[in-house]
Amino acid sequence: MKMRVLLGFCLSLLAAGQADAFMAYVSNEKSNTVSVIDTSKWEVVRTIKVGQRPRGIEITKDEKFVLVAVGDDDTIEIIDRRSNEIVGTLPSGPDPELFVQDAAGKLLYVANENDNTVTIIDIEKRERLGDVPVGVEPEGMAMSPDGKIVIATSETTNIAHFIDTATRQIVANVLVDARPRYAEFKQDGSELWVSSEIGGTVSVIDPARREVKTKIKFEIPGLLRETIQPVGVNLTRDGKTGFVALGPANRIAVVDGATHKVTRYLLVGQRVWHMAFTPDEKYLLSTNGLTNDVSVIDVASLRVIKTIPVGELPWGVTISQR
Amino acid sequence: MVRCPFFASLLFALTSVALAAEPMEVKVGYLRLPETRTAISLLEVPPDNDGIAGARLAMEDNNTTGKFLNQHFLLEDVRLKETDDPAAAVAALAGRGVSIVIADLPADALLKAADAGRERGLVFFNASALDDRLREEDCRANLIHTAPTRSMLADGLAQYLVWKKWRRWLLVTGSHPKDKLYADALRRAAARFGGRIVQERVFEDTGGARRTDSGLVQIQRQIPLFTQSAPDYDILVAADESDVFAAYLPYRTWDARPVAGSAGLVPKSWDPAHDQWGANQLQNRFMTMFRRRMTTLDGQAWVAARMIGEAVSRKQSADPKVMIEFFKGPDFALAAFKGRRLTLRDWNLQLRQPILLADGRVIAAVSPQEGFLHPVSELDTLGYDRPETRCRLK
Repeated sequence: MKMRVLLGFCLSLLAAGQADAFMAYVSNEKSNTVSVIDTSKWEVVRTIKVGQRPRGIEITKDEKFVLVAVGDDDTIEIIDRRSNEIVGTLPSGPDPELFVQDAAGKLLYVANENDNTVTIIDIEKRERLGDVPVGVEPEGMAMSPDGKIVIATSETTNIAHFIDTATRQIVANVLVDARPRYAEFKQDGSELWVSSEIGGTVSVIDPARREVKTKIKFEIPGLLRETIQPVGVNLTRDGKTGFVALGPANRIAVVDGATHKVTRYLLVGQRVWHMAFTPDEKYLLSTNGLTNDVSVIDVASLRVIKTIPVGELPWGVTISQR
Repeated sequence: MVRCPFFASLLFALTSVALAAEPMEVKVGYLRLPETRTAISLLEVPPDNDGIAGARLAMEDNNTTGKFLNQHFLLEDVRLKETDDPAAAVAALAGRGVSIVIADLPADALLKAADAGRERGLVFFNASALDDRLREEDCRANLIHTAPTRSMLADGLAQYLVWKKWRRWLLVTGSHPKDKLYADALRRAAARFGGRIVQERVFEDTGGARRTDSGLVQIQRQIPLFTQSAPDYDILVAADESDVFAAYLPYRTWDARPVAGSAGLVPKSWDPAHDQWGANQLQNRFMTMFRRRMTTLDGQAWVAARMIGEAVSRKQSADPKVMIEFFKGPDFALAAFKGRRLTLRDWNLQLRQPILLADGRVIAAVSPQEGFLHPVSELDTLGYDRPETRCRLK
């Protein structure tokens, strides 16, 4: 913990003068808006109207655009970060939900819930390059740190598909617990974590052997098992700590990255869904769907330090690097 | 049993685990006895493929998963006539290598089928019969229920009415046996959750056509008269599974009161309007495949076929014994777009499930309601719980 405080301190010194001035973008599924939070003030500074049912949200690698999947409009909208206006769309398949970019920021891999495919899109040309058929209701997407494998999780098929980015073929299928929602690699590529909302677990997969090596389970005194529904997963860059959003359990589990044991539960808002770190990893933001707010967690002290009201049913969150 | 092609099954038996990823073919029977059902509302006349369409979609879902696991699922539709013997149909299915059967049968025929299949090792999924007795005194160790019971439906409704503080009910029951069973469940629910039945009335079915060109004029006069001079009540609760009169109650009662039960606010396991928790995706898939909306029976059959797919993918086996043990165990959790895991009551093989309260256009609420607590699962506040059960699985 000390190391992290120190690291955070050094990073904030580096960023001095403009301390913590990142922008967080929150998709509000019901309001059809994106709330923009200035992390130096922890305030919503702008609300951008977008298409219907915004969910998956990410910033392009060049930091110029925010991409937001608007599922009911069957497209991904491109928001210019300077003007905060929608400047175009990307040709996803029907009902896009989550997506992931390659390291260069050239290709986008999109899970289309409605037609059991992953669509590959050239971001710059805004062109669809092809589709990979996967299981029923693909949702979670992750890119391996070496860029060779993209993961798609199928919610009704209960499989994490390993797709070779060179051949665009599925090369492995790993069965996980019911309704896999989100996938996240450790930065060193040693582990892939996949959350199962209905199964109530996080499967830790060895990406080399392509096997589940352990499952993280959650027990919260006073809560029945069926209310613990893991969705969002975020791992620190050093892989030492994982955060798992537990949906209607209203808590985020803090998981030791080495032992895979839960060390603490942080009470946030209702139906906590997805999370994002500030680039310095000092703070973690979570979207709390049913309380229409975002919790700010101080990563070093593991305390919830702030709650920010946003739009209705906040779903996804992404934070700029600068 | 795993119904691989002959050689594969032989190999499978010889080398067991090593060939787990060998192609596996799973045959599922769909046994139905379609009643000549009509309905007061044209919107509720059941389509010819009611139920089996849900099973077909789930089989498609299973086969998409199966593509990656080398498993293939087949569905065989068997339609019985009123005079057919269910036991003979089961024997014929077993003879064709089917050991898993989804059933849309009334209670007595279902028990005949299940008993005929027992010695042959068949497992049955009851997708339609609501009778509590099938999960209580008449329960069977090879009969799993994805349909809810009348008591689960009544409890789901009662919790909401009590939460809403509509505690005084006027109970109107039809004259057919199943209407009376539903009324029993509603009385039990009232007693459990603090509802009070201020009066009961019986609506006699005097026969006649459901639909006549000028029938409405009469109904508009009949229903107010029928509901006149009731003691003070908050809501009229109708038990009319036979669909003889309940649909005529809303907007026609003597007093301006809402209606629930068999009309108005209706408790059910699935509804074409249900879109929460990702259900929209399932509804879309169904619409694409069948060009109609997904009914309650479709939903219950979908769940049955998905349970089969889930068991086969997890256990790499289609042996009914393995399947039942898996469902009863702690690792079974079905994702069925109801906002929480569905599991099986191991004491009577009833699927635990939330109950939707549908008003015909949207879902008004989903039970269990907040505050109805339970030490094991809040879903066990719906229907007969373990300590009350009369089931002894044999």
